[in-house]
Amino acid sequence: MIKYFHKFANPVRFLKLAIPIKKISGIAAFFTIFIGLIFALLLSPPDYQQKETVRIMYIHVPSAWMSLMTYGFIFLSSVFFLIWRFPLFLILAKESVPIGIIFTFSALISGALWGKPTWGTYWVWDARLTSFLILFFIFLGLKLIKDTFSNSSKGNYTFAYLSLVGGFNLPIIKFSVDWWNTLHQPASIIRTGGISVSNEMLAPLFLMALGLFFLFIYILLVSVEINIKEKSLINFRDSLKNN
Amino acid sequence: MSYKFKRLYFLIIFGSGIALAIFFILKALEEKIVFFYSPSEILVKEIDHTRLIRIGGLVLDESISYEKDGLVVSFTVTDNKNNVQVNYKGILPDLFREGQGVVAEGKIDTDNKIFYAEKVLAKHDENYMPPEVKKIISD
Repeated sequence: MIKYFHKFANPVRFLKLAIPIKKISGIAAFFTIFIGLIFALLLSPPDYQQKETVRIMYIHVPSAWMSLMTYGFIFLSSVFFLIWRFPLFLILAKESVPIGIIFTFSALISGALWGKPTWGTYWVWDARLTSFLILFFIFLGLKLIKDTFSNSSKGNYTFAYLSLVGGFNLPIIKFSVDWWNTLHQPASIIRTGGISVSNEMLAPLFLMALGLFFLFIYILLVSVEINIKEKSLINFRDSLKNN
Repeated sequence: MSYKFKRLYFLIIFGSGIALAIFFILKALEEKIVFFYSPSEILVKEIDHTRLIRIGGLVLDESISYEKDGLVVSFTVTDNKNNVQVNYKGILPDLFREGQGVVAEGKIDTDNKIFYAEKVLAKHDENYMPPEVKKIISD
Protein backbone atom coordinates (compact mmCIF):
# COMPACT_ATOMS: atom_id res chain seq x y z
CA MET A 1 0.00 0.00 0.00
CA ILE A 2 2.67 2.47 1.08
CA LYS A 3 4.90 1.27 -1.77
CA TYR A 4 2.06 2.13 -4.11
CA PHE A 5 1.92 5.62 -2.64
CA HIS A 6 5.64 6.01 -3.17
CA LYS A 7 5.25 5.27 -6.84
CA PHE A 8 2.76 8.08 -7.36
CA ALA A 9 4.42 10.51 -4.99
CA ASN A 10 6.62 11.41 -7.93
CA PRO A 11 4.71 14.38 -9.36
CA VAL A 12 5.52 13.68 -13.00
CA ARG A 13 4.40 10.06 -12.70
CA PHE A 14 1.30 11.29 -10.89
CA LEU A 15 0.45 13.53 -13.85
CA LYS A 16 0.36 10.53 -16.19
CA LEU A 17 -2.43 9.09 -14.08
CA ALA A 18 -4.08 12.43 -13.32
CA ILE A 19 -4.57 13.83 -16.81
CA PRO A 20 -7.02 11.14 -18.03
CA ILE A 21 -8.93 11.34 -14.70
CA LYS A 22 -9.10 15.10 -15.14
CA LYS A 23 -10.67 14.76 -18.58
CA ILE A 24 -13.21 12.17 -17.47
CA SER A 25 -14.29 14.11 -14.39
CA GLY A 26 -14.65 17.33 -16.41
CA ILE A 27 -17.10 15.63 -18.76
CA ALA A 28 -18.83 13.83 -15.87
CA ALA A 29 -19.22 17.11 -13.95
CA PHE A 30 -20.84 18.82 -16.92
CA PHE A 31 -23.41 16.09 -17.52
CA THR A 32 -24.21 15.34 -13.86
CA ILE A 33 -24.78 19.01 -13.06
CA PHE A 34 -26.81 19.46 -16.25
CA ILE A 35 -29.11 16.51 -15.45
CA GLY A 36 -29.14 17.50 -11.77
CA LEU A 37 -30.34 21.01 -12.65
CA ILE A 38 -33.13 19.63 -14.83
CA PHE A 39 -34.30 17.52 -11.89
CA ALA A 40 -33.79 20.34 -9.38
CA LEU A 41 -35.56 23.08 -11.31
CA LEU A 42 -38.20 21.22 -13.33
CA LEU A 43 -38.89 17.61 -12.36
CA SER A 44 -38.75 17.68 -8.55
CA PRO A 45 -41.89 18.60 -6.60
CA PRO A 46 -42.32 21.72 -4.41
CA ASP A 47 -42.10 21.28 -0.64
CA TYR A 48 -45.26 20.99 1.49
CA GLN A 49 -44.41 24.05 3.58
CA GLN A 50 -41.73 25.97 1.70
CA LYS A 51 -43.29 25.59 -1.77
CA GLU A 52 -40.88 26.44 -4.63
CA THR A 53 -38.28 28.02 -2.33
CA VAL A 54 -37.06 24.54 -1.43
CA ARG A 55 -35.19 24.43 -4.78
CA ILE A 56 -32.48 26.60 -3.23
CA MET A 57 -31.61 23.49 -1.23
CA TYR A 58 -30.20 21.80 -4.38
CA ILE A 59 -27.50 24.48 -4.57
CA HIS A 60 -27.07 25.22 -0.88
CA VAL A 61 -26.73 21.73 0.57
CA PRO A 62 -24.30 20.28 -2.04
CA SER A 63 -22.12 23.42 -1.78
CA ALA A 64 -22.02 23.11 2.00
CA TRP A 65 -21.20 19.39 1.81
CA MET A 66 -18.45 20.03 -0.70
CA SER A 67 -16.87 22.79 1.35
CA LEU A 68 -16.71 20.43 4.34
CA MET A 69 -15.35 17.66 2.12
CA THR A 70 -12.75 20.00 0.64
CA TYR A 71 -11.58 20.97 4.10
CA GLY A 72 -11.46 17.31 5.13
CA PHE A 73 -9.35 16.61 2.04
CA ILE A 74 -6.95 19.47 2.91
CA PHE A 75 -6.75 18.16 6.48
CA LEU A 76 -5.89 14.60 5.41
CA SER A 77 -3.41 15.73 2.75
CA SER A 78 -1.66 17.90 5.35
CA VAL A 79 -1.44 14.95 7.75
CA PHE A 80 0.05 12.75 5.01
CA PHE A 81 2.45 15.53 4.06
CA LEU A 82 3.60 16.02 7.65
CA ILE A 83 4.17 12.31 8.21
CA TRP A 84 5.55 11.11 4.85
CA ARG A 85 6.83 14.44 3.53
CA PHE A 86 5.68 13.77 -0.04
CA PRO A 87 5.49 17.16 -1.77
CA LEU A 88 2.55 15.90 -3.84
CA PHE A 89 0.27 15.94 -0.79
CA LEU A 90 1.21 19.54 -0.11
CA ILE A 91 0.41 20.50 -3.70
CA LEU A 92 -2.98 18.74 -3.43
CA ALA A 93 -3.77 20.50 -0.14
CA LYS A 94 -2.72 23.93 -1.38
CA GLU A 95 -4.56 23.73 -4.67
CA SER A 96 -7.79 22.71 -2.91
CA VAL A 97 -7.96 25.96 -0.93
CA PRO A 98 -9.41 28.28 -3.64
CA ILE A 99 -12.00 25.61 -4.55
CA GLY A 100 -13.02 25.43 -0.89
CA ILE A 101 -13.41 29.20 -0.78
CA ILE A 102 -15.80 29.12 -3.73
CA PHE A 103 -17.92 26.28 -2.29
CA THR A 104 -18.10 27.94 1.14
CA PHE A 105 -18.99 31.31 -0.37
CA SER A 106 -21.71 29.75 -2.50
CA ALA A 107 -23.17 27.92 0.53
CA LEU A 108 -23.19 31.15 2.57
CA ILE A 109 -24.84 33.24 -0.16
CA SER A 110 -27.43 30.62 -1.14
CA GLY A 111 -28.15 30.08 2.56
CA ALA A 112 -28.76 33.79 3.11
CA LEU A 113 -31.09 33.92 0.09
CA TRP A 114 -32.92 30.86 1.40
CA GLY A 115 -33.13 32.21 4.94
CA LYS A 116 -34.98 35.38 4.00
CA PRO A 117 -38.12 33.73 2.56
CA THR A 118 -38.23 30.83 5.05
CA TRP A 119 -36.96 32.16 8.39
CA GLY A 120 -37.57 35.85 7.75
CA THR A 121 -33.93 36.95 7.93
CA TYR A 122 -30.77 36.78 5.81
CA TRP A 123 -28.47 36.13 8.72
CA VAL A 124 -28.50 35.29 12.43
CA TRP A 125 -25.57 34.57 14.73
CA ASP A 126 -26.56 31.05 15.67
CA ALA A 127 -24.03 28.26 16.16
CA ARG A 128 -24.37 26.67 12.70
CA LEU A 129 -24.19 29.89 10.69
CA THR A 130 -21.37 31.34 12.76
CA SER A 131 -19.23 28.19 12.66
CA PHE A 132 -19.70 28.04 8.89
CA LEU A 133 -18.61 31.67 8.54
CA ILE A 134 -15.52 30.77 10.58
CA LEU A 135 -14.79 27.98 8.07
CA PHE A 136 -14.87 30.64 5.34
CA PHE A 137 -12.36 32.77 7.27
CA ILE A 138 -10.11 29.74 7.87
CA PHE A 139 -10.10 29.07 4.12
CA LEU A 140 -9.21 32.72 3.45
CA GLY A 141 -6.41 32.49 6.04
CA LEU A 142 -4.98 29.37 4.39
CA LYS A 143 -5.09 31.09 1.01
CA LEU A 144 -3.19 34.05 2.45
CA ILE A 145 -0.49 31.81 3.97
CA LYS A 146 -0.18 29.75 0.81
CA ASP A 147 0.27 32.85 -1.38
CA THR A 148 2.56 34.70 1.00
CA PHE A 149 5.04 31.88 1.58
CA SER A 150 4.71 30.13 -1.76
CA ASN A 151 8.36 29.11 -2.07
CA SER A 152 9.59 28.54 1.45
CA SER A 153 9.77 25.24 3.29
CA LYS A 154 8.87 26.97 6.58
CA GLY A 155 5.80 28.40 4.88
CA ASN A 156 4.82 24.89 3.78
CA TYR A 157 4.90 23.63 7.37
CA THR A 158 3.01 26.68 8.62
CA PHE A 159 0.34 25.96 6.04
CA ALA A 160 0.11 22.27 6.92
CA TYR A 161 -0.03 22.80 10.69
CA LEU A 162 -2.57 25.63 10.48
CA SER A 163 -4.81 23.55 8.26
CA LEU A 164 -4.74 20.90 11.02
CA VAL A 165 -5.68 23.51 13.62
CA GLY A 166 -8.60 24.63 11.45
CA GLY A 167 -9.86 21.04 11.34
CA PHE A 168 -11.43 21.39 14.79
CA ASN A 169 -14.18 23.41 13.13
CA LEU A 170 -15.52 20.47 11.06
CA PRO A 171 -17.14 18.51 13.93
CA ILE A 172 -18.40 21.78 15.40
CA ILE A 173 -20.17 22.64 12.14
CA LYS A 174 -21.64 19.15 11.81
CA PHE A 175 -22.91 18.85 15.39
CA SER A 176 -23.68 22.52 16.12
CA VAL A 177 -27.36 21.91 15.39
CA ASP A 178 -27.48 19.07 17.95
CA TRP A 179 -25.32 20.56 20.70
CA TRP A 180 -26.99 23.96 20.90
CA ASN A 181 -30.32 25.62 20.17
CA THR A 182 -30.04 27.05 16.68
CA LEU A 183 -32.34 28.67 14.15
CA HIS A 184 -30.90 26.32 11.51
CA GLN A 185 -32.84 23.04 11.44
CA PRO A 186 -31.11 19.76 12.40
CA ALA A 187 -29.53 17.41 9.83
CA SER A 188 -31.84 15.74 7.29
CA ILE A 189 -29.55 13.13 5.70
CA ILE A 190 -26.86 11.88 8.10
CA ARG A 191 -28.86 11.52 11.30
CA THR A 192 -30.24 8.87 13.64
CA GLY A 193 -33.70 7.85 12.48
CA GLY A 194 -32.92 7.81 8.76
CA ILE A 195 -33.24 10.31 5.95
CA SER A 196 -36.06 12.82 6.34
CA VAL A 197 -36.12 14.04 2.75
CA SER A 198 -38.54 12.41 0.31
CA ASN A 199 -37.09 10.35 -2.55
CA GLU A 200 -38.14 12.75 -5.33
CA MET A 201 -36.10 15.46 -3.63
CA LEU A 202 -33.12 13.22 -2.84
CA ALA A 203 -32.48 12.50 -6.54
CA PRO A 204 -31.59 16.10 -7.54
CA LEU A 205 -29.80 16.63 -4.21
CA PHE A 206 -27.44 13.69 -4.73
CA LEU A 207 -27.02 14.39 -8.45
CA MET A 208 -25.95 17.96 -7.71
CA ALA A 209 -23.63 16.78 -4.94
CA LEU A 210 -22.04 14.22 -7.28
CA GLY A 211 -21.72 16.89 -9.99
CA LEU A 212 -19.97 19.28 -7.62
CA PHE A 213 -17.69 16.43 -6.52
CA PHE A 214 -16.62 15.78 -10.13
CA LEU A 215 -16.19 19.53 -10.56
CA PHE A 216 -13.92 19.58 -7.50
CA ILE A 217 -11.77 16.75 -8.91
CA TYR A 218 -11.61 18.48 -12.28
CA ILE A 219 -10.59 21.93 -10.98
CA LEU A 220 -8.16 20.36 -8.50
CA LEU A 221 -6.38 18.29 -11.15
CA VAL A 222 -6.21 21.25 -13.55
CA SER A 223 -4.56 23.36 -10.80
CA VAL A 224 -2.22 20.53 -9.79
CA GLU A 225 -1.18 19.99 -13.42
CA ILE A 226 -0.40 23.69 -13.82
CA ASN A 227 1.48 23.74 -10.53
CA ILE A 228 3.66 20.70 -11.37
CA LYS A 229 4.39 21.84 -14.92
CA GLU A 230 5.26 25.33 -13.69
CA LYS A 231 7.70 23.88 -11.15
CA SER A 232 9.41 21.64 -13.70
CA LEU A 233 9.67 24.59 -16.08
CA ILE A 234 11.37 26.66 -13.36
CA ASN A 235 13.73 23.78 -12.61
CA PHE A 236 14.54 23.45 -16.30
CA ARG A 237 15.24 27.20 -16.62
CA ASP A 238 17.48 27.12 -13.53
CA SER A 239 19.43 24.14 -14.90
CA LEU A 240 20.05 26.08 -18.13
CA LYS A 241 21.35 29.04 -16.14
CA ASN A 242 23.74 26.90 -14.13
CA ASN A 243 25.31 25.34 -17.22
CA MET B 1 11.55 4.11 16.07
CA SER B 2 11.43 5.53 12.60
CA TYR B 3 10.97 9.20 11.85
CA LYS B 4 7.52 8.55 10.42
CA PHE B 5 6.23 7.20 13.72
CA LYS B 6 7.84 10.03 15.66
CA ARG B 7 6.04 12.50 13.41
CA LEU B 8 2.80 10.57 13.73
CA TYR B 9 2.98 10.60 17.55
CA PHE B 10 3.82 14.28 17.50
CA LEU B 11 0.75 14.99 15.34
CA ILE B 12 -1.48 12.93 17.64
CA ILE B 13 -0.28 14.87 20.70
CA PHE B 14 -0.57 18.15 18.79
CA GLY B 15 -4.12 17.30 17.70
CA SER B 16 -5.27 16.15 21.14
CA GLY B 17 -3.91 19.36 22.66
CA ILE B 18 -5.94 21.47 20.27
CA ALA B 19 -9.05 19.34 20.70
CA LEU B 20 -8.79 19.68 24.48
CA ALA B 21 -8.36 23.46 24.26
CA ILE B 22 -11.35 23.79 21.93
CA PHE B 23 -13.43 21.59 24.21
CA PHE B 24 -12.78 23.82 27.22
CA ILE B 25 -13.45 26.98 25.25
CA LEU B 26 -16.80 25.65 24.02
CA LYS B 27 -17.66 24.39 27.50
CA ALA B 28 -17.00 27.85 28.93
CA LEU B 29 -19.04 29.54 26.21
CA GLU B 30 -21.92 27.07 26.35
CA GLU B 31 -24.40 29.59 27.76
CA LYS B 32 -23.50 32.20 25.16
CA ILE B 33 -23.66 29.95 22.11
CA VAL B 34 -27.29 29.00 22.72
CA PHE B 35 -29.40 30.96 20.26
CA PHE B 36 -32.64 31.01 22.24
CA TYR B 37 -34.20 29.90 25.52
CA SER B 38 -37.21 27.64 25.79
CA PRO B 39 -40.22 28.81 27.84
CA SER B 40 -39.19 26.44 30.66
CA GLU B 41 -35.70 27.94 30.80
CA ILE B 42 -37.17 31.45 30.90
CA LEU B 43 -39.10 30.59 34.06
CA VAL B 44 -36.10 29.27 36.00
CA LYS B 45 -33.39 31.61 34.66
CA GLU B 46 -32.24 34.88 36.16
CA ILE B 47 -33.19 37.24 33.35
CA ASP B 48 -32.06 40.78 32.75
CA HIS B 49 -35.36 42.45 31.90
CA THR B 50 -33.71 45.43 30.24
CA ARG B 51 -31.84 43.38 27.62
CA LEU B 52 -32.98 41.72 24.42
CA ILE B 53 -33.31 37.94 24.69
CA ARG B 54 -34.65 35.27 22.37
CA ILE B 55 -37.18 32.61 23.14
CA GLY B 56 -37.98 29.68 20.91
CA GLY B 57 -40.52 26.88 20.75
CA LEU B 58 -43.65 25.89 18.92
CA VAL B 59 -46.63 28.17 18.31
CA LEU B 60 -49.43 26.69 20.43
CA ASP B 61 -52.48 25.56 18.43
CA GLU B 62 -55.37 28.04 18.41
CA SER B 63 -53.37 30.64 20.29
CA ILE B 64 -52.91 33.23 17.53
CA SER B 65 -55.11 36.30 17.84
CA TYR B 66 -54.91 39.57 15.94
CA GLU B 67 -55.90 43.02 17.20
CA LYS B 68 -58.50 44.90 15.16
CA ASP B 69 -55.87 46.79 13.15
CA GLY B 70 -54.48 43.46 11.96
CA LEU B 71 -50.91 44.44 12.80
CA VAL B 72 -50.59 43.57 16.46
CA VAL B 73 -50.59 39.84 16.98
CA SER B 74 -50.34 37.76 20.11
CA PHE B 75 -49.61 34.05 20.31
CA THR B 76 -48.33 31.50 22.80
CA VAL B 77 -44.91 29.83 22.50
CA THR B 78 -44.74 26.41 24.08
CA ASP B 79 -42.18 23.67 24.63
CA ASN B 80 -45.00 21.28 25.61
CA LYS B 81 -44.23 21.91 29.28
CA ASN B 82 -44.48 25.64 29.81
CA ASN B 83 -45.97 28.51 27.82
CA VAL B 84 -45.07 32.14 27.32
CA GLN B 85 -47.38 34.66 25.69
CA VAL B 86 -45.75 36.76 22.95
CA ASN B 87 -47.01 40.13 21.72
CA TYR B 88 -45.67 41.41 18.42
CA LYS B 89 -46.35 44.26 16.02
CA GLY B 90 -45.07 43.77 12.51
CA ILE B 91 -44.92 41.42 9.56
CA LEU B 92 -44.65 37.72 10.33
CA PRO B 93 -42.57 35.36 8.14
CA ASP B 94 -44.46 33.19 5.62
CA LEU B 95 -43.79 29.97 7.49
CA PHE B 96 -45.31 31.32 10.71
CA ARG B 97 -48.32 29.21 11.67
CA GLU B 98 -49.75 27.12 14.46
CA GLY B 99 -47.69 24.10 15.41
CA GLN B 100 -44.58 25.53 13.66
CA GLY B 101 -41.26 26.38 15.27
CA VAL B 102 -40.67 30.05 16.01
CA VAL B 103 -37.90 32.20 17.53
CA ALA B 104 -38.82 35.64 18.92
CA GLU B 105 -36.37 38.36 19.92
CA GLY B 106 -37.43 40.98 22.46
CA LYS B 107 -37.90 41.73 26.14
CA ILE B 108 -39.92 39.98 28.78
CA ASP B 109 -41.96 41.82 31.43
CA THR B 110 -40.84 41.70 35.06
CA ASP B 111 -43.11 38.88 36.16
CA ASN B 112 -42.06 36.64 33.20
CA LYS B 113 -45.59 36.52 31.81
CA ILE B 114 -45.65 38.48 28.55
CA PHE B 115 -42.85 38.65 26.00
CA TYR B 116 -42.73 41.81 23.87
CA ALA B 117 -41.13 40.71 20.61
CA GLU B 118 -39.31 43.09 18.29
CA LYS B 119 -38.54 40.41 15.70
CA VAL B 120 -40.14 37.06 14.94
CA LEU B 121 -38.33 34.37 12.91
CA ALA B 122 -39.76 31.08 11.68
CA LYS B 123 -37.87 27.88 12.42
CA HIS B 124 -38.72 24.98 10.19
CA ASP B 125 -38.03 21.31 10.78
CA GLU B 126 -35.72 18.93 8.91
CA ASN B 127 -38.49 17.20 6.92
CA TYR B 128 -38.79 17.84 3.20
CA MET B 129 -41.58 16.29 1.12
CA PRO B 130 -44.04 17.14 -1.61
CA PRO B 131 -47.52 18.35 -0.50
CA GLU B 132 -49.21 15.12 -1.66
CA VAL B 133 -47.00 12.99 0.60
CA LYS B 134 -47.68 15.31 3.53
CA LYS B 135 -51.41 14.91 2.89
CA ILE B 136 -51.17 11.12 2.93
CA ILE B 137 -49.15 11.17 6.15
CA SER B 138 -51.48 13.52 8.00
CA ASP B 139 -54.69 11.77 6.90
